[in-house]
Amino acid sequence: MLYFIEQCLNGVQLGMLLFLLAAGLTLVFGIMDLVNLAHGSLYMLGAYFAATFAILTGSFVAALVLAVSASLLAGMVLEIVAVRRLYGRNHLDHVLGTFGLLLFFNELVRLIWGPAGMTLPLPQQMLSGVEIIPGIYYPVYRLVIIFATVAVAALLYLVVMRTRIGMLIRAGAANREMVAALGVNINLLYTLVFGLGAALAGFAGVMQAPILTVQIGMGENILILAFVVIIIGGIGSIRGAFVASLIVGLIDTLGRAFLPDMLHLALSTNAAATLGPALSSMSIYVLMAAVLIFRPEGLFPAASR
Amino acid sequence: MIRRGIAAAAALALVAGPAMAQQKTVKIGFVSTFSGPTAAIGNDMRNALELGLDHHGRKLGGLPVEVVYEDDQQKPEIGVQKTRKLIESDKVDFIAGYIWSNVLLASLKTLVDSKTMAIDTNAGASPLSGALCSPYVFSTSWNNDQTPEAMGMYMNQKGVKTAFLIGPNYAAGKDMLAGLKLTYKGQIVGEEYTRWPDQLDFSAELSKARAAKPDAVYVFYPGGAGVQFITQYVQAGLKGQVPLYTVFTIDELSLPRLKDLAVGIPGAQEWVNDLPYEANKKFVADYIAKYKSRPSFYGAQTYDAVSLIDSAVTAVKGDLTDKEGMRKEMEKANFKSVRGNFKFGNNHIPIQNFYLQDVVKEGDDYVLKTVATIVKDDQDRFHDQCPMKLGQ
Repeated sequence: MLYFIEQCLNGVQLGMLLFLLAAGLTLVFGIMDLVNLAHGSLYMLGAYFAATFAILTGSFVAALVLAVSASLLAGMVLEIVAVRRLYGRNHLDHVLGTFGLLLFFNELVRLIWGPAGMTLPLPQQMLSGVEIIPGIYYPVYRLVIIFATVAVAALLYLVVMRTRIGMLIRAGAANREMVAALGVNINLLYTLVFGLGAALAGFAGVMQAPILTVQIGMGENILILAFVVIIIGGIGSIRGAFVASLIVGLIDTLGRAFLPDMLHLALSTNAAATLGPALSSMSIYVLMAAVLIFRPEGLFPAASR
Repeated sequence: MIRRGIAAAAALALVAGPAMAQQKTVKIGFVSTFSGPTAAIGNDMRNALELGLDHHGRKLGGLPVEVVYEDDQQKPEIGVQKTRKLIESDKVDFIAGYIWSNVLLASLKTLVDSKTMAIDTNAGASPLSGALCSPYVFSTSWNNDQTPEAMGMYMNQKGVKTAFLIGPNYAAGKDMLAGLKLTYKGQIVGEEYTRWPDQLDFSAELSKARAAKPDAVYVFYPGGAGVQFITQYVQAGLKGQVPLYTVFTIDELSLPRLKDLAVGIPGAQEWVNDLPYEANKKFVADYIAKYKSRPSFYGAQTYDAVSLIDSAVTAVKGDLTDKEGMRKEMEKANFKSVRGNFKFGNNHIPIQNFYLQDVVKEGDDYVLKTVATIVKDDQDRFHDQCPMKLGQ
């Protein structure tokens, strides 16, 4: 039972990281109707920024703040310089354009930081396990990730639901022509939304960096998971992204933790050893397929356009 | 008239022959990973190859050298494409490289069928040592299960009663866990295979390992994944509780990123940068001078491959069509290896020592040191399955 709780925590923690990435992706996709494959590059940039600032300042928290600000800035610059040209074109153009950006950023990072990758060392007090309830030791830093992400999710919810900017963002998602017709500077709004998405991706990159280290192409695999999340959650819906992140994180982790052992009960050792990892890595895609069949709009569809 | 023509042509060929040979180059195709998260490994191999060429005066066997580097992106399907391109359109004289067992396995048939002289400088997929061995394919590395076999012996020495094994779910990962089981006499209380190469979070596996309460955890995670695994092992607070034993997880490429986290974690390896041979001292010192970083075993194996090619081309006096001559010379391993006395088994896989290495802090620097020789002159267990039929 304790072991089950520990594995659930692992799943929640993975889900939280996915949410940070998926939130930015779903905002950009839902509001700007832009398929952004370069979102993973912003995640990578965030991590590289943090590793660099950590060396310069010697402080993890300072590195976090500076890296998220730098990601916000990088996102806004990217929107103005490149992404803006893609609006109003079809999704295939988005995919081609942003895939080009992804390759560009990988090479840029190689030129600036070299191919070897970097590390973002944690403060000493986060480098251990803590007994959260008797019998369960859990890495302190993973708890930090969970709490920090919940805080960011709450903040995001407040911004989107309770502020004027948030109202414009929601209005833009519902009907962009109408918002533009009402005299809102839609260009500026898009730049802001893209920057916000980049900042969230950068934050995810920073939080993930001490666990997964910092290297070229680090955003590409996790971006696939983030796309799965926004499809399950419903494109454009922050709440959907949050719930779907938790579901995907839990299924992925619990599948890895329990599926192989369950198969061992039913199958020979060899077959189970082959099938277990294969099945557990498939499980979330099976879920996505099921959602697409029964609720093509996702679990929490955003206001229909 | 015709006869005279032939004689004239032959005479011309005789005159032209040496002149042609003068202009000829040794063309080497090098397949490795130069992009993505494991590009650091390909980079180290390329550095070692270039350094090897420097040490031979940029000539091998007296001929100028041309190297074509190809990036396999760590993907088997790209690896086989690049191999085909090097053979068919670049028409290289030698192919070398290959980090990943799955990439090598995908490319092996193309390599063997083309009878191109090939030197595998890392991947140790078992078929290469056994059923699929070829007269024209050599390895300057090892068979996959040799290093874990050595680790298993060391774990026996340390009296490890129960062990939990974790590795990536691909050809080499399976070999590395199977190899350990051959020699390790304790009980195996758990065995985990993770998605490769994209799974980089091991929280579920680490929780499992903790719950199984083993005496020790044994892992194989090459490249950047090793950094991630060890970082997470430390963050989970496991490092002080359950000793970790590794193969190919801590090397000179990951050490600058792991630093303190890696101190005290043992590994098995066939080459360590402090091996006391003249060729090795020169290699390590010049590598550090040229590239401001330490070479890894990937580089050392590649450096040996350059010397091996040099010996072959020298023996046939630059006649690169004499593959039999080159093969015979290469089987003698007649070169100064960074691993001292180097020899090949019947299957062209080295017979060599495996060492225990440990991470030591020297000032601000972290280095790998040889602690002991675990096993001497070890030969892989597949060598008697190798038919090595000539003229195939």
